[in-house]
Amino acid sequence: MKRTLLVAVLTTVLAAPAFAQDAITIGMTVSRTGALNVDSVSQLRGAELWRDEVNAKGGIEAGGKHYKVRFVEYDDESQGGRVQQLYTRLILEDKSQFLLGPYSSGLQATAAVISEQYGTIMMDGGGAEAKIFELGNKYLFQVLTVADQYLSGAIAELKQHNPHAKVAFVYSDDPFSKAVVAAARKQAEDAGFTTVLDESYPPSTTDFTAVINKIISSGADSFLGGGHYPDGATLARQLYDQKAGLKWVTILVAPDSDKFATLGASASGISVPSQWEPQVQYKPTFGPTVAQFTAQYRARFSEEPDYHAATGYAEGLLLQHAIEQAGSLDREKVAAELNKIDTTTFFGRTKFATEPARHGLQLAHDMVLAQWQTKDGKLAKEMVWPDAAATAKVVYPLH
Amino acid sequence: MGILASLFDGVLVGAVYGLAAMGITLIWGVMNVINLTHGTMIVAGMFAVYLLAGAAGVPVYATLPLILIGGFLAGVAMYWIAVHRLVGQPPLMSLLSTFSVNLVLIGLGTVVWGTDLFNVPVSLPGLSLGHYTFPGTHLMAAGLTVAIAAALYVFLNRARIGKAVRAVSGNREAAELVGIPTRRVLALSFGLGVALACVSGMLIATMFPFTVLSGDPYLLKSFVVTVLGGLGNPVGALVAGIALGLLEGLATPFMPVSWTPVIEFVLFVAVLIAFPGGVLGVLGLRGTRPH
Repeated sequence: MKRTLLVAVLTTVLAAPAFAQDAITIGMTVSRTGALNVDSVSQLRGAELWRDEVNAKGGIEAGGKHYKVRFVEYDDESQGGRVQQLYTRLILEDKSQFLLGPYSSGLQATAAVISEQYGTIMMDGGGAEAKIFELGNKYLFQVLTVADQYLSGAIAELKQHNPHAKVAFVYSDDPFSKAVVAAARKQAEDAGFTTVLDESYPPSTTDFTAVINKIISSGADSFLGGGHYPDGATLARQLYDQKAGLKWVTILVAPDSDKFATLGASASGISVPSQWEPQVQYKPTFGPTVAQFTAQYRARFSEEPDYHAATGYAEGLLLQHAIEQAGSLDREKVAAELNKIDTTTFFGRTKFATEPARHGLQLAHDMVLAQWQTKDGKLAKEMVWPDAAATAKVVYPLH
Repeated sequence: MGILASLFDGVLVGAVYGLAAMGITLIWGVMNVINLTHGTMIVAGMFAVYLLAGAAGVPVYATLPLILIGGFLAGVAMYWIAVHRLVGQPPLMSLLSTFSVNLVLIGLGTVVWGTDLFNVPVSLPGLSLGHYTFPGTHLMAAGLTVAIAAALYVFLNRARIGKAVRAVSGNREAAELVGIPTRRVLALSFGLGVALACVSGMLIATMFPFTVLSGDPYLLKSFVVTVLGGLGNPVGALVAGIALGLLEGLATPFMPVSWTPVIEFVLFVAVLIAFPGGVLGVLGLRGTRPH
């Protein structure tokens, strides 16, 4: 028995280097549990779809060799402390050659400290906050549009219907939501809106009764804010239950998920800034078309892909492109290729800032605005902004 | 008008805090066991209504008696499995034991349901006053809470077995000497405590969407309510819950909501220092412990 065990161990040890040679190890943490799980798991699913498609085609080609993609992934429980431990482990013990970032700006900021410390390339598909990119990082690349622009579409659309909107900003007290609202406050002022309420709430809030009474008391006719999934969905339900009488409601992140439809009537009319929707029309220079990605995702997971899923796929696709262009797994060569990227995929345009003061920041990707609408008694998420890409006329006012 | 609406909402939500705390205060008062699975029992009630109403099609409020009975049986079972041997031990033992059971239960819940958000849609007309609307679910929850608290009060003070609960709470040895089957009374009290937690979870689920982890805020509020209302005092818990809700309702129009937990826990510490027996205990409200 002992001998069999010894042979088994030796075989594994001897086989390991051979395996490592023709595989690329990509490490990441995913919030499988905790407050961020809905969005984070979507992002992982997108990335897994990319991995499996690449592997089905023989892997990533670099320097005449084909490398299969292998994921090492841990649950970070939506907690920064776990992210710090796990990314260190991903780099030191699991020997990840490349990394995908965790979900949400707060966790991404923590993860980036580790990846930069060890000089490992990390694709950021979950952290929209710009501040992370002001720290002189060299190997961090932001795939999604920066937080400052999240509410610009909603403000532009709202201005067309209500140039003197009275806005209530109510948002989660987390780095991402605060960054979004900091920029939106200025944009709302420039648009001629009046801010009648400006209030943050703890991300763990489960009851918004008192906040909604404040919104009603403030005389607001428009709502801009939210945070991530659980709080955003609860807000939508309670705004409906308490008949807050708002003409316009834009909530960050939460309404983008297909699961938002489980709120039923509370979901109707709610708009959400989105990094990507299945209805976008981009002409990719490489990778799948929008229709191909959407169909493959739907077939595999039996649900509509949301923007987190698209971001997950795009992270992998852009990294693959850079490795193939570099013809090598060498960190500096791959980073140089990422710095050169100015291209369009199914996810939209991508270009990273290259100057040291904001290296890696996303410069070219555009957002859209989606709205849940009820048609023939059924809820559907439609794209309503920009006008040129709209798939349905916006519903305004809601009440 | 805004502040009145806020205060009224405070009363409605506070009543449910009171119900959530009744279970923990009953168990704590009767057997000196701090039940840290309480938050998870609240979540169990939430999932029970979600599954019964969503999957099995039982009308939402008709699930209440089913959840009450189910919670009671689960509580009695839990008592014999995890708690019985801890009665009479230092409170730290029960704290650690129920803490461990709680982690196991949360782990199991997370495996089965993840930490996704669940919603129980209830269409119940609300009450509109001016611009403000008090949702029907909040009114119903507060009404049912008052009814349950009244029933519990009558049970503890009028029914023979209820009196036995109070006797065991006051002095277990003396109760045994006069022939009260104390073990069965303790099991019954634990079952009752868990049943109350489950029912409060059911009512909370009709008002707000929830996850497997939603029990924690209510467990924390239950501690504040217990300290305010006095140990083993269900009516005290209801009154203290409403007081806590009123405090939240009073504070939020004047300051950011992020301050609410700070105020609550400052109050918690202040009451512990000034009135270790509970504010309402000082006022003479009767609990399970005879005066």
